[in-house]
Amino acid sequence: MIDLLTQPWPWYVAGPLIGLMLPLLLFLGNKTFGVSSSFRHVCSATIPAGLEYFNYNWKESRWNLWFVLGMIIGGFLGGFVFDNPEPIQLAAQTQQELAVLGISDFDGMIPNDLFNWSNLLSLQGLIVMIAGGFLVGFGARYAGGCTSGHAITGMASFQKASIISTVGFFIGGLIVTYLLLPVILNL
Amino acid sequence: MRYLFAGIFFGFVLIKSEVVSWFRIQEMFRFDAIHMYGVLGSAIIVGALSLWLINRLNIGDKDGNSMSLESKDNSLNKRYVYGGLIFGLGWALTGACPGPLYVLSGSGLLIMLVPLMSAIAGAWVYGYLRPKLPH
Repeated sequence: MIDLLTQPWPWYVAGPLIGLMLPLLLFLGNKTFGVSSSFRHVCSATIPAGLEYFNYNWKESRWNLWFVLGMIIGGFLGGFVFDNPEPIQLAAQTQQELAVLGISDFDGMIPNDLFNWSNLLSLQGLIVMIAGGFLVGFGARYAGGCTSGHAITGMASFQKASIISTVGFFIGGLIVTYLLLPVILNL
Repeated sequence: MRYLFAGIFFGFVLIKSEVVSWFRIQEMFRFDAIHMYGVLGSAIIVGALSLWLINRLNIGDKDGNSMSLESKDNSLNKRYVYGGLIFGLGWALTGACPGPLYVLSGSGLLIMLVPLMSAIAGAWVYGYLRPKLPH
């Protein structure tokens, strides 16, 4: 039983469970599955600054903030309490290509070479952590959704907006992977 | 409160499926494994089947009210192209989309609070620039 909680789950278990978030949130109170709108609610609740985009009653969307708070707790349970001690079974090809680019530590969920406090104020750290995070938040709100809202919810309901966005997500990701990362990882 | 539990469940699945991993995102963009495509693909299929069943059988929510998704504005194009591209750049850099930023921070990787805060700042700047941006 403990093994089930610490071991990684295969895609054919995890994927369908993620898909079930759609009907679950509908069932719990007619809510549309999506994570990045929480960024907007946080802004609206803290520094709305009189901007039209943040001028709405965020309290009506409190459920979304409860939801992401739950995700933090879920991360604590899954990644700390029931942490998988083994490194990820990454494809050999990916590991090789990343090693060539200078990644040496394949333990854990993220490369410790890149994501650490002493790297934060280097040019590399600024690009990966600060600029990267900024683009995630800016882009998700510009597109009106992220992986959960567009790539899963929007694709499952066959919406044109989400198909365009998801193609955009991938083109952006490929640009970083093949053009920018080789430069950034050598900084 | 029920959404808190839904979030705990979702966060747990995200970390157990390793989709919160920078390494897995790289594996996906390098087309080296089925893993991420399997997760996303099966999630979309199960989601679509659920929606179809809900419509077909006219299932109501727990209080008996009818259920429907909020629709995206499908009359626009530019915002999805530009926003999607920008999001994709950030996704591959941080190796995390918004959900994983929360989940990883919770898992004890406090360094991920930096891109999370930065993402919230990004959302704010979008709100500030919104009137000037093409949609």
